[in-house]
Amino acid sequence: MWDELQFASALIVSGLSIGLMYSLIALGFVLVYKATDAINFAQGEFVMLAGFVAALMLAPKMPVLVAIGAAVAVMVAFSFALERIVLRPLIGRPIIAVIMATIGLGAMLRGLPPITVGGETRAVSLNIGDMPIGFGSISLPPVQILGVIVTLAFFGLFTWFFLRSRMGIAMRAVADNQQVAMAMGINVERYFALAWAMAGTVSALGGVIWGSMLGVDVHLALVGLKVFPVVILGGLDSVAGAVIGGLIVGVVESLAAGYIDPYVGGGTKDFAPYVLMIITLMFKPYGIFGTHRVERV
Amino acid sequence: MLSINNIEVVYDNVILVLKGVSLEVKSGSITTLLGANGAGKTTTLKAVSGVLRSERGEVTKGSITFGARRIDGMRAFDVTRLGIAQVFEGRRVFEHLTTEENLVAGAHTVRRVSKVRDGIERVYAYFPVLKNRREQLSGYLSGGEQQMLAIGRALMSSPKVMLLDEPSLGLAPMLVEEIFGIVRRLVQQEQVSVLLVEQNAAMALEVADHGYVMENGRIVLEGSVASLRDNSDVREFYLGLNEVGSRKSYRDVKHYKRRKRWLS
Ligand SMILES: Nc1ncnc2c1ncn2[C@@H]1O[C@H](COP(=O)(O)OP(=O)(O)OP(=O)(O)O)[C@@H](O)[C@H]1O
Ligand SMILES: [Mg+2]
Repeated sequence: MWDELQFASALIVSGLSIGLMYSLIALGFVLVYKATDAINFAQGEFVMLAGFVAALMLAPKMPVLVAIGAAVAVMVAFSFALERIVLRPLIGRPIIAVIMATIGLGAMLRGLPPITVGGETRAVSLNIGDMPIGFGSISLPPVQILGVIVTLAFFGLFTWFFLRSRMGIAMRAVADNQQVAMAMGINVERYFALAWAMAGTVSALGGVIWGSMLGVDVHLALVGLKVFPVVILGGLDSVAGAVIGGLIVGVVESLAAGYIDPYVGGGTKDFAPYVLMIITLMFKPYGIFGTHRVERV
Repeated sequence: MLSINNIEVVYDNVILVLKGVSLEVKSGSITTLLGANGAGKTTTLKAVSGVLRSERGEVTKGSITFGARRIDGMRAFDVTRLGIAQVFEGRRVFEHLTTEENLVAGAHTVRRVSKVRDGIERVYAYFPVLKNRREQLSGYLSGGEQQMLAIGRALMSSPKVMLLDEPSLGLAPMLVEEIFGIVRRLVQQEQVSVLLVEQNAAMALEVADHGYVMENGRIVLEGSVASLRDNSDVREFYLGLNEVGSRKSYRDVKHYKRRKRWLS
């Protein structure tokens, strides 16, 4: 009985910590969707790209913070350029144009590493050791704990920015009604760029942390596949939904891996979130926190 | 101070909506633009504010000048910076923002935080109900409160000209009167000039100084409000009065409006 409880709580804690890192990546997706109405199917590839930047910087023994800084800088620049060059001309076109553009971009990005830096798996070593750190009977690898700290710090900053700062209010105004925001003197395109830059930033942080856990190769882009169940569960345009959705997906896959895998020989972790996603779509098509529209009184 | 000189506006490169519109907004006054549905009133305001572009509309002929500056073709947020604020038809508050956040968003062009704070207090002074609703999501405000918020939000950028698009839409007569009263005060106390688009001609001609009547993308009548009130066409088609001066039923008015548009 006691063992059972311990097992379950270990699974849940690990699931929560992994889930938080899904939330981080999902936040990039949600922000871009909320502010610019674009759906970014290349979010996973963004993470992969950032992982490569970090791994390549760390190979010649660059300081860890420099490597992280470089990953953030590259991803912000990359997202800016993407918004400017590819996506801005698509504004006002049917949403499917943007979706296809990002799917194509994703495929391109996945094709890039084998022909440029080679196909082998690279390490992102953050020099924080790998002895699990315990709290009582539950323990987590250091990189996961770092991931939790970084994610919580980012969410804290972001929440302040989004809810309290004038730029955050302007960004929400843009998300609410672009034309009216424009008439308030808000340079809407600049806020589109800002949303993409933030998506780039979370991808960079995600790339470093996930890259350090899984190693960096083309498969790192698969992390992006977890974004869809997360945002469908939480609601495509809800920041709080991204957090809650990420936590739920993390816990569900952790429990599935712990309880179902032993009987079926593994792999449930990857599809359990999708089962959850389909059930959500059936019963709550806008997700837990997704908005349709405020009803006028 | 704001003058529209013989402009043509085309949507989607082919749909000609304004066919040579000229009008003038004089400093410190209220100018009203009247006209039936689809006449092109909103299009005129959007041409001035510059948001036309986001609807694939374009000023293809003529010019719009503000002071000495030519503003047609300028981007909307630059026009706002110069001191022109548009209050949209149907209010268009940022529904997912609170009342106060709407005001902060309206002050986007104002640099100093202390000035933003003063601006908010000023809006609350004109519209005390908004103060009680400051933390409420604006999507849940009543229609009247939303209209006040839309006007207050436009006021936040301390505009020299305010473009008001059908502020009376869907509001009770008492409330319309109150709001128009406040608009009048804004003109006197804040040195704002107003271009007021209205379907409610009776109210508009009461509050404004000068008026234009638009039909099918053209200005068909212009004059002081007194002269417009005496014009027999305006009396019949926009004020709904017959020769004796009694009010016709709403249906008759609609009917006439439609017939007149068929003919023109
Ligand atoms: N974005 C657009 N694209 C194409 N046509 C448009 C667009 N916006 C307006 N129109 C057309 O231009 C004409 C004038 O529209 P506008 O909205 O300016 O009229 P209005 O006088 O404001 O009418 P209402 O009193 O009903 O608000 C209409 O025939 C309308 O169908
Ligand atoms: Mg209109």
